[in-house]
Amino acid sequence: MTSLPQNETPRKLGLVIDLDICVGCNACVTNCKEWNTGGHSAPLTDLHPYGRDVDGVWFNRVHTFEAGSGRDHRVVHFPKSCLHCETPQCVTVCPTGASYKREEDGIVLVHHDWCIGCKLCAWACPYGAREFDEDAGVMKKCTLCIDRIYNENLNDADRRPACVITCPAGARHFGDLGDPNSAVSRLVAERGGYDLMPELGTQPTNKYLPPRPRRDHAEATGAPDLLEHLDEEDQPGGFLGWVDRLLSR
Amino acid sequence: MHPALSVIFFTTTAGAGYGLLMMLGVLAPIGILPPDRVFGAVALALALALVSTGLFASLFHLSHPERSWRAMLQYRSSWLSREGVAASVTYLPALVFILGWVGVGNTSGTWGLMGVAASFMALVTVLCTAMIYQSLKTIHEWHNSLTLPNYLMLALMSGGVWLSALVHLFGIQAPTVDAYVIAYTAIAWGLKVAYWNHIDTTRHPSTRRTATGIRARGAVRLVDPPHMTDNFLLKEMGFRIARKHALKLRRITHVTAFAVPLVGLVVALVLQGPVAAGGAVVAALSASFGVVLERWLFFAEARHTVMLYYGEGPA
Amino acid sequence: MASGSAVDDSAVETSPSVGDEVKYTTCYMCACRCGIRVYLQDGKVRYIQGNPEHPVNGGVLCGKGSAGIMQHYSPARLQKPLKRVGPRGSGEFEAIEWDEALATATEWLGHIRRTDPKKLAFFTGRDQSQSLTGWWASQFGTPNYAAHGGFCSVNMAAGGLYTMGGAFWEFGEPDWERTRYFLMFGVAEDHDSNPIKKGLGTLKERGAKFVSVNPVKNGYSAIADEWVGIRPGTDGLFVMSLIHELLCAGRVDLQYLVRYTNAPWLVIHDPDGADDGLFARDDDGNPLAWDQKEGRLVNALEADITPALRGTYPLPDGRAAVPGFQHLAERYTDPRYAPDRTAETTGVPATVTRRIAAELAHAAFQEEIVLNVPWTDWAGRDHEQMIGRPVAMHAMRGISAHTNGFHTCRAIHILQILLGSVEVPGGFRYKAPFPRPIPPHQKPAGRDPRPETPLGGPPLGFPTGPEDLLVDEANRAVRIDKAYSWEAPLASHGLMHMVITNAWKGDPYPIDTLFLFMANMAWNSSMNTGGVIDMLTDTNPETGEYRIPRIIYSDAYYSEMVAYADLVLPDTTYLERWDCISLLDRPIAEADGPADAIRQPVVEPDRDVRPFQTVLLDLGARLGLPGMVNDDGSPRYPGGYPDYMANHERGPGIGPLAGWRGEDGRQHGRGAPNPDQLQRYIDNQGFWQHTLAPGQRFYKFANKHYLEFATAMGFLGRPEPMVFQLYSEVLQKFRNAANGHGPVQPPDSERERIATHFDPLPVWTPPLEEQAVDTGLYPFHALTQRPMMMYHSWGSQNSWLRQILTRNHLYLHHEQAESLGVGDEDWVWIESPHGRVKAPVRVVEGVNPDTVWTWNAIGKRAGAWRLSHDAPENRQAFLLNHLISELLPPRGDGYRLSNSDPVTGQAAWFDVRVRLRPAEASEYGWSEPRYTPLGEPPDMPEVPDVSRFGAAFRQRKGNG
Repeated sequence: MTSLPQNETPRKLGLVIDLDICVGCNACVTNCKEWNTGGHSAPLTDLHPYGRDVDGVWFNRVHTFEAGSGRDHRVVHFPKSCLHCETPQCVTVCPTGASYKREEDGIVLVHHDWCIGCKLCAWACPYGAREFDEDAGVMKKCTLCIDRIYNENLNDADRRPACVITCPAGARHFGDLGDPNSAVSRLVAERGGYDLMPELGTQPTNKYLPPRPRRDHAEATGAPDLLEHLDEEDQPGGFLGWVDRLLSR
Repeated sequence: MHPALSVIFFTTTAGAGYGLLMMLGVLAPIGILPPDRVFGAVALALALALVSTGLFASLFHLSHPERSWRAMLQYRSSWLSREGVAASVTYLPALVFILGWVGVGNTSGTWGLMGVAASFMALVTVLCTAMIYQSLKTIHEWHNSLTLPNYLMLALMSGGVWLSALVHLFGIQAPTVDAYVIAYTAIAWGLKVAYWNHIDTTRHPSTRRTATGIRARGAVRLVDPPHMTDNFLLKEMGFRIARKHALKLRRITHVTAFAVPLVGLVVALVLQGPVAAGGAVVAALSASFGVVLERWLFFAEARHTVMLYYGEGPA
Repeated sequence: MASGSAVDDSAVETSPSVGDEVKYTTCYMCACRCGIRVYLQDGKVRYIQGNPEHPVNGGVLCGKGSAGIMQHYSPARLQKPLKRVGPRGSGEFEAIEWDEALATATEWLGHIRRTDPKKLAFFTGRDQSQSLTGWWASQFGTPNYAAHGGFCSVNMAAGGLYTMGGAFWEFGEPDWERTRYFLMFGVAEDHDSNPIKKGLGTLKERGAKFVSVNPVKNGYSAIADEWVGIRPGTDGLFVMSLIHELLCAGRVDLQYLVRYTNAPWLVIHDPDGADDGLFARDDDGNPLAWDQKEGRLVNALEADITPALRGTYPLPDGRAAVPGFQHLAERYTDPRYAPDRTAETTGVPATVTRRIAAELAHAAFQEEIVLNVPWTDWAGRDHEQMIGRPVAMHAMRGISAHTNGFHTCRAIHILQILLGSVEVPGGFRYKAPFPRPIPPHQKPAGRDPRPETPLGGPPLGFPTGPEDLLVDEANRAVRIDKAYSWEAPLASHGLMHMVITNAWKGDPYPIDTLFLFMANMAWNSSMNTGGVIDMLTDTNPETGEYRIPRIIYSDAYYSEMVAYADLVLPDTTYLERWDCISLLDRPIAEADGPADAIRQPVVEPDRDVRPFQTVLLDLGARLGLPGMVNDDGSPRYPGGYPDYMANHERGPGIGPLAGWRGEDGRQHGRGAPNPDQLQRYIDNQGFWQHTLAPGQRFYKFANKHYLEFATAMGFLGRPEPMVFQLYSEVLQKFRNAANGHGPVQPPDSERERIATHFDPLPVWTPPLEEQAVDTGLYPFHALTQRPMMMYHSWGSQNSWLRQILTRNHLYLHHEQAESLGVGDEDWVWIESPHGRVKAPVRVVEGVNPDTVWTWNAIGKRAGAWRLSHDAPENRQAFLLNHLISELLPPRGDGYRLSNSDPVTGQAAWFDVRVRLRPAEASEYGWSEPRYTPLGEPPDMPEVPDVSRFGAAFRQRKGNG
């Protein structure tokens, strides 16, 4: 049913991505591919994998941006996958009911056997989270690793999305953003987590944590701007005079 | 947006068919068109052929046409689904109307009501089609109040020009038809001018900054995309047309979709006989070509917000 | 689980099977060697996950490791041994049986060993079994052995080992949990991969400051609190300015220096003497210090002395001596190291240098950490606390790959030591078996190679004076790469980048067979790629024979180098093999304790390939190499590499693996071979780890209980403390030789060079190429580095990794782009004095304005790696190697020295200077130079046009 859940979902599972820490290594990108190509959405087809126009299905991608200049200049590695919006326009446009938002946890999924491949959901998603598998002729997308997070064949620590467990820098967090006391919600509150394109009213569940202010000036560390050199007046002999002390080995 | 030929073919062909049906379903019952069975057969056949061919073409746009029945299910939320339902429902009154007109030679009474119903459903279908595009917040060139009237008037115009041509070819005296179609064309032209003006002077509220949330002073610039070759998103949404090229195509559209048809229709209205018929046929052919071009531009000029992540659009 | 939805959610199986089986092994997608958990389904690899229990990665896995499946199933995998039938480089091969391949190799190598073993040059690339391959070379009797360290980061290793008995990466790591200030130099995605990322995440969570000194602002530098966009090759000068500031302000840890370093050791002052600049020693060879309390010379190694750090003191023979520290202080307090004076060269504003110095001092001394952990020092004195100076540093390729890299590395270590931040809480921490004696007690062997005779020891080691060089009576290099000759005296990792050039020239002698493993020398692993290709195919006009007569190559994939081999021994993928990540080799230990690991086959090869190490042992047995055959001549390790891993003993009780030794498997470190050892590793998820007691975890170089433990484990010969060598006597010995002293002296042509570069204290000299070319004509530095998802990997054949980067760009600062009139996707010619390359541009702000850079090894040669000939890697991507010469411009006598650090022979990849010229519009669209496509070996598998990997897993699931 492409009508959205009547009531707010009791849980809002999603990701919190820390742009202060992401180094753009693409671990989340390939680990996602690796898990999901054999998972719920299998396969994540690659067209011409060794050819000129190689093109594959990926649920997660890293873009690299620059902004500002001089001291304000920043390079930001920016991973992006489905944001599992609260009002996902990709779902409401779906004519078949293949696209839906789960009532219990808010995850946006595609019922692949129902999808007719009209691609309208891809047009409706502002973020490019929809991935058309041309070979299978159906739309696929990030499932938030629905086949991991509830998987009773995995231990508790592994019941997290592949991108989260693999992130070497710890820049990705998974949890219930509907619970204001969850670790992810607290992180969002502390760090000023934000929505992408809030003006479109999609109400993304996933949040991004902005880079922390750069500690590139002396006050930030409590250190002085420079070290006072020892001079002859305070320290006869200057530095070597200062060295002249009795120190036991 | 990638101007997919199947979608262009569907929207223009079916649009013309529904426009024709809208006019036949009303003009025959109110007597502006005579209940001539041969004329009715040809006109209605043309309308249904256009509609059906268009719908068939739209199925080609789907990867799984065998599942297309599912597209009827989500009419409560999806304009595409509503379009599918409306398009299907249209066939019922339309077929009854055909039976009355072609089979019985009667376009009044209940038969006529069926025509009006078919006309109404054709209108609903076209509006649904338009709403598919107009409802997409991701595409500024579509998400505006001009998209729907544009679609509607272009459907009426592109169906109307064929009705006018048929009327003249059958030697039916119905100058009202020409007058209506002239009005539709003029309105459609005006709307298209307004539309282009709108998309040229306004822009989507989203920027690379709102898309990424990066708050550093100065422009947000893409350094590296996630892949060096085009992915699905770029193939589907990354189509770009040079401004110069677009302006040239717009000029051709002005001429072929609107100017030439207007002249042809005026000739058809004012003059008589083969010259008038010729004018109407030229108008129909030119408008049909022009509308395809217009539809191609409707896609080609549309920019999707996802391209902000690929370094395009406002910083 | 998924019920309760109004939607038909039945198609969502939330608890699918993750696989039939889980096996633990070690990743080999780069040199990081993380533990991995491999899920198998229907005999296929379903999923590879980081092993949460593993000491290296603790569960995380990088972009490469996560793409291992595509590496394993690559269509570029070699299928069967190959014999070349067409000309070299044609790619025309005939598939042969292993019997024939091994018989051929045995015949070639046997002849060499019987006649002149040094005519075998055996060099391995991304080899993780160097303790085996080095031993094999030694038993064969050729000194011509090294792995890829010489063109990777030997400066880092040597700089550290000669200064403090360890360096970064495998040798030690920042105390990520406690450091307050982290200074990183010249690291892209180099060593090591996941621990740095994990560490940076931890560090930033904790609010410690992270400064990245790097000409390129990308990756790690992008998240640094402060990016110092230094000019390449000037880091040493920047560090010396930091030292200047700290010394002038008296902000160094004198107590630490007195206790743990050679700062007080007296240096002989006798300008014309043979021992000028060496340490004054007593009759037992102990260094001397001046005890201030007692007013006399004392053994500087004694505890409880009160040594002077400055002054001039008389020696018993009447000569004068001053503490080494005085030399150091005098050098770096000199105004020429003042930040104002170095700013123009380094491009780092003086205010920034001063502030960073102040911040370092603040973190080290104002934010001192005290751990209430008792420990006992080397002299048996108990201490109640561990004092931490929470400043940590890390440096790698960007520092190493310059001709002044050795000294820069030393300077960084000296900076760490002056702050008292080595091996203390919050500082840099060693990982066992480091620290080692300074330098390690292992001299390079092979000065006099003889037929059928093993070398007296390992081919690689650490000379401590000119007498340890591998030169013949005529002072000529003994090794083909000229390592340990006067051209590169401290070449601890060899000079792999010089092997082909020297062998082609026959300088110092021609060789017979070049035997390579996992080293793509015909492409991205060589400087002067075009020249190397020519040398590999050049023939002697008189005989018509190739100048390098025979090439044997082992690789798992159809790389560019395969096409140049005469005999190809196909290796397995990393998921099909045994390996040991040995403490004898490049360890994976952590600061809290030693660790080692195995690699075990998780799937069986589906091709006629054999793991290289097993093949090497087989060849060793066929050749009758000592240690590889029993007394009756039968193979010693008939079970191949796993047999060797469990049963080989390098010394009594010391084997490749430290865990579960002894017949009952209860001993660690030392113990008899245990037949069940490998099973014990498998049972323990593929690794062994020992956790040190809290009192052993810091000050390991002077920690009694640690030193005793290390000795018991066999890491050290004796439980003696290591004394950091700020002032390097080893270097001074070479300098004295250059100045005409001692029995072994450099040839006259090398004297000045040795005297200049063997300074006992770090010295900054401009990179050698920069000194030789007109920098006005070639204004840019050009850098090349591997992207994170391909570092130390083989990315282009990997269908997932290549999608991220099928082609590379030249990144250029926007001001330079404007003045050149080029923008994104415009093409330029990049010209060096050596060659030119055509490339597309991408304009950025985050780069040093005098620097251009690109991703390395994206450009490929058509025909290799099974990519389609029109793939972007073959058409638009480019390789900077074509611009970099392996030789410096000719000097006065016409001789061309290698483009390497004059101390260590480290390949100077990052010294190259270039200029840019916009290409004509008609030249847009394809990179240059281009080479003819390589042919393809027989019977290679089909390259799929669509890959639906994983579909079968889901289908099976659907069937039940």
